[in-house]
Amino acid sequence: MALDHQTVREIAELAHLELDDSEIDQHADELSRILGFIEQMNQVDTTGVEPLAHPHDGRLRLRDDQVTESDQRASFQRIAPATEAGLYLVPRVIE
Amino acid sequence: MTTWEPVIGLEVHVQLLTRSKIFSGAATRFGSAPNTQACAVDIALPGVLPVMNSEAARMAVKFGLAVAARINQTSIFARKNYFYPDLPKGYQISQYELPIVGGGHLTISTNGNDKRIGITRAHLEEDAGKSLHEDYHGMTGIDLNRAGTPLLEIVSEPDMRSPQEAIAYLKKLHTLVRYLEICDGNMQEGSFRCDANVSIRPLGQTELGTRTELKNINSFRFIERAIQYEIERQIEILEDGGQIIQETRLYDPDRNETRSMRSKEEAHDYRYFPDPDLPPMILHDDFIDSVRNSLPELPDAKKQRFIEQYGLNDEDAVQLTATKELADYFETATSATQGSAKTVANWIAGELSGYLNKENKDITESPVGAGQLATLIDRIHDRTISGKIAKEIFESMWNGEGDTDTIIEKKGLKQITDAGAIEKIIDEVLAKSEKQQEQYKSGQTKVFGYFVGQVMKATKGKANPQQVNEILKRKLDA
Repeated sequence: MALDHQTVREIAELAHLELDDSEIDQHADELSRILGFIEQMNQVDTTGVEPLAHPHDGRLRLRDDQVTESDQRASFQRIAPATEAGLYLVPRVIE
Repeated sequence: MTTWEPVIGLEVHVQLLTRSKIFSGAATRFGSAPNTQACAVDIALPGVLPVMNSEAARMAVKFGLAVAARINQTSIFARKNYFYPDLPKGYQISQYELPIVGGGHLTISTNGNDKRIGITRAHLEEDAGKSLHEDYHGMTGIDLNRAGTPLLEIVSEPDMRSPQEAIAYLKKLHTLVRYLEICDGNMQEGSFRCDANVSIRPLGQTELGTRTELKNINSFRFIERAIQYEIERQIEILEDGGQIIQETRLYDPDRNETRSMRSKEEAHDYRYFPDPDLPPMILHDDFIDSVRNSLPELPDAKKQRFIEQYGLNDEDAVQLTATKELADYFETATSATQGSAKTVANWIAGELSGYLNKENKDITESPVGAGQLATLIDRIHDRTISGKIAKEIFESMWNGEGDTDTIIEKKGLKQITDAGAIEKIIDEVLAKSEKQQEQYKSGQTKVFGYFVGQVMKATKGKANPQQVNEILKRKLDA
């Protein structure tokens, strides 16, 4: 299955990637090849196979509900580009 | 004329009452200074990993069991990808294909009719931070204290057919999560948030109409109004031959209308995929059994028991079981008094609720404790005071003037039950009211109330009303 340029642009937009036309060409080609592999896998009869959610056999470890973190705002905010009144400042978000 | 049928489904975000966050050990307390409860995991510094809070899982299972839902013993966390400054990772950890709680239901009651509302699913996820759009030199301020707070998103089936049913469902859910002690239910602070999906269709049609989603409405009253407005808006569009656009709309309580929220309705694609940082969550039978054993008596069961054990009517039982604390208050007072359960229920529904509402307090803040109310009712029961005087004493107790017996003593409110004394006062009243006596004898029996009033006035309300009635009647009818 071949991805058209418009779809690649939409995917790039969703991922916040800025691509120029030549990169769009390249990604359209590479992504189409990946979809080709998936097409191939789709040929396999998977009746009765449980969908795989995680490559390992592990199970989620649960921790106790304890507060273990102390306030480290000052050190975190030392590397932030802009802060004020304890807030991180970012370019204005318009809803 | 087409008759339109509204179809409503609700998504409720319930903030779980854990001490720490869902995937980190930072505190979840509300109202702390900005970013003092946002640790390296919450602000998504490179290299951090999420570790799941067992209590959040326990609370989700508790909810699932309480709505007779299927508990998925294997559930999967997924990444929901979108960009927003209060979501530092660029994705929200949520559950998509395999949520922890599968199908269940709640039974609501409107106008005396019971109706079962399906619960499609309930899944665990983390909350985002808060964006503060006040002006910080043209920038937006970000507080990540709330980022990572555990949420249970409870999704209903589109089973509701009126704003009233939607509110009944929400109130039921609100009561339930507080009984389960998994959420404080505080809507102002955002602990219980509701989105409503609303569509309409011609009555009798099975196919669903195009729906709109109403976002984040933070009071029962506003939710009811927002849905009502949205139904009317959609009917108007369709009757004018227009089409409903599937979109998210925001309710403006000041203008009582909904407005489109997103100008460009680009197909939102969250590109969910299983989170590679979090393997499947597997819950064993013994975990689920231990949660089942920890379930409290649930609101419906308690209501039923109140009806059977105390002989209350449905309305009283519903009111008294609205919160666990109120139900406990009722039971404590009832077991401590000689008076009937019905009397206790009336006092709670009457005086107590009146004062609580007036001062915007909840039952746990009542200055009059269950024991004090029990004694007050005992004094009516043993005829020390009349019901009318009891209301005065209640007010005094509310204002912190001591308990019933102290107030009776201090203010000399003991009821006059000495028949001789009452008779003497009645004679005095009758001596001064020949005109009224004539009216009474000529058949205007309504003036009876006048005599009672005069006797009560003369005794400052302390005469036993039953005795007054009896003696008066005997004398007047003689």
